[in-house]
Amino acid sequence: MGFAQKIGQRAQTTEKGLRVMKHIAIGILAATTMGLMASAASAASTLEAVKAKGFIQCGVNTGLSGFSSPDDKGEWKGLDADFCRAVAAAVFGDGTKVKFTPLSAKERFTALQSGEIDLLSRNTTWTINRDTALGLNFAGVTYYDGQGFMVNAKKLPGVNSALQLSGAAVCVQSGTTTELNLADYFKANKMEYNPVVFEKVEEANAAYDSGRCDAYTTDQSGLYGIRLTLSSPGDHVVLPEIISKEPLGPAVRQGDDQWYHIVKWTYFALLQAEELGITQANVDELKASGGPEVKRVLGQEADTKLGTDLGVSNDWVVNIVKAVGNYGEMFERNVGAGSPLKIARGLNGLWTKGGLQYAPPIR
Amino acid sequence: MASQEVLREEPARGSLINDPRVRSIFIQVVAALALILLIWWIVDNTIDNLQRLRIASGFAFLKGRAGFDIADSAIAYSSDNTYGRAILVGLLNTAIVALAGIITATIIGFMVGIGRLSNNWLIRKICTIYVEVFRNIPPLLVIFFWYFGVLSVLPLPRDSIELPFGSYLNSRGFYFPRAVWGEGAWLILLAFVLGIAMSWFVARKARQRQMATGQQFPVFWTSVALIVGLPLLAYVASGFPLSFDLPKKSTFNLTGGFQVKPEFLSLYLALSFYTASFIAEIVRAGIRGVSRGQTEAAGALGLRSGPILRLVVVPQAMRIVIPPLTSQYLNLTKNSSLAIAIGYPDLTAIAGTVLNQTGQAIEPIMIMMAVYLGLSLLTSAIMNVVNAKMALVER
Repeated sequence: MGFAQKIGQRAQTTEKGLRVMKHIAIGILAATTMGLMASAASAASTLEAVKAKGFIQCGVNTGLSGFSSPDDKGEWKGLDADFCRAVAAAVFGDGTKVKFTPLSAKERFTALQSGEIDLLSRNTTWTINRDTALGLNFAGVTYYDGQGFMVNAKKLPGVNSALQLSGAAVCVQSGTTTELNLADYFKANKMEYNPVVFEKVEEANAAYDSGRCDAYTTDQSGLYGIRLTLSSPGDHVVLPEIISKEPLGPAVRQGDDQWYHIVKWTYFALLQAEELGITQANVDELKASGGPEVKRVLGQEADTKLGTDLGVSNDWVVNIVKAVGNYGEMFERNVGAGSPLKIARGLNGLWTKGGLQYAPPIR
Repeated sequence: MASQEVLREEPARGSLINDPRVRSIFIQVVAALALILLIWWIVDNTIDNLQRLRIASGFAFLKGRAGFDIADSAIAYSSDNTYGRAILVGLLNTAIVALAGIITATIIGFMVGIGRLSNNWLIRKICTIYVEVFRNIPPLLVIFFWYFGVLSVLPLPRDSIELPFGSYLNSRGFYFPRAVWGEGAWLILLAFVLGIAMSWFVARKARQRQMATGQQFPVFWTSVALIVGLPLLAYVASGFPLSFDLPKKSTFNLTGGFQVKPEFLSLYLALSFYTASFIAEIVRAGIRGVSRGQTEAAGALGLRSGPILRLVVVPQAMRIVIPPLTSQYLNLTKNSSLAIAIGYPDLTAIAGTVLNQTGQAIEPIMIMMAVYLGLSLLTSAIMNVVNAKMALVER
């Protein structure tokens, strides 16, 4: 129902005098309303809006090495940034059609809810509250993480367990699940602590580096990344305890199933490509020479509709792999052996190799 | 059509459309209705959209368990308390830093403002440099200066700088002994209140006597004796019920005593020093605004420079100073929201965390706006009372 009609209906039920007002009000507001209605209509389909503007607006971390941080040329690097590129490749056939919006933990959900970004790929933990009350939909788990602690071993020799941290000052980022887990962990273990809470990663890093806090807590992958940015990384150790489950993944707004499916299946396609051995190097070759499953995934089956049913082109998987490689390549390049972080695959290995990464079949 | 002569004598007759009074009322009513409609439409639209996006709304979240801890709290708070209480903690923290900042900024501001008018070249120049430096730096940078530049370069807890009276200074803050009140301590408090009441009474009597006879009475020293002496007497009489909890070194930090955290210290110092530079200029303008003739006349009556400043110039300057001073107090209160950059848990920081944990953006922002508005109105109201007291009483 249009705004003008709505006004009309409600005004009729009120006094006669209000009718005059109705006309005037409509006159005043008509222009504004038209504009807002137009934007409301386009918001109904994120895919159309994205295609119309020609790029995906992707919310990422302001700076977390391995996940999303700008390099010396100002280009965004990392697992989360590459995931944005993968979605752009699926939609446009071109992984560069992404604009990045760096967000603090506190800003991220409002940015997505308000439509400022189309996709949130910012090491965000999937929780029931965020999936329901916040009006989000998580598309999958691009990185299985857990919360840990880091201390300065040089200044605090002898601390080798998080259970020894009673009385410590702990640096933490506000508005995160980390902040909540921290409170729960110390309470459960009947320990005291002193939270020093910052809004931005950079501020928390600087405070920890200057010795304001005894310990730093965030997701373990984050700790490894942050350690690299400290003034003397060798002095700091990550404690063995993992105090929570932190499944990190991309999220979209609720109420747009098509866009949700595109993001979700982009993630599955990355996994499927790794499982089938499709890499950035051999994808063109496999288009012609691959087995039936490889050909189906790559959209080379005759009369295939897998891609178009999703709302993208049939060679979407080819585009994704060409742009960022498969999940394994993405992982190794950003956080694994090929990166300074050198994080082992562990839980993030494919299900065929003892990990948790598992994609439903693309058929 | 009426003729020109008729129009000149009775301009309002004829059509209502041409009546300027009716016209102006009509336009005002239309404008008011349009505004109400616009607000109603914005609210309606927001609610519609929140429902469409399936985002929770309403203030029920205030009763939910907060789940996060807050470092500085004036009232008892743990992660088991509600979001509502967490926001209250933030509100109190904002109020504490604003009040402390206002007091310090006023003291520094008055000293520097008067110093800028000093006859001493060195004092005058130092005060000018102070004003020019702090007035021209954004407050956030002043906060960072104190936090990263001054306080974080202090030594770690184990190498704390020891200060007199069992106090310590390190990068975790300033620690000093905490007073522990024993049995009978209420007597000291009672004596203190009694001392203040009696000083006030003495001051009144002394004034009346001076008005009547012209004789002066040493009010200041009598008041000091009453306010300090009476509680001391009570302390001795009730059998020394006061002991001190001294800060001690433990594994990570100093424990015990009272800790003023660096976040609070840097925010408090930054706001005080920043706002003081503006207050100094207001005070200087106020004093300059008092006609020179007043000083000369007071001098001719035989008053010395101290009493001239205290009894003649400053009371008149205050009338000029108070209105702009009020806006500086409001600025200081609002600038305290910059606390978020260094992790002091003020209202903005905590409401922001609540916003993020509940995912409800509009309600916490509304609470924040209402609180800052409330604090500002309260400050204005208090300053208006002060202003009314200071205003010229015509006889």
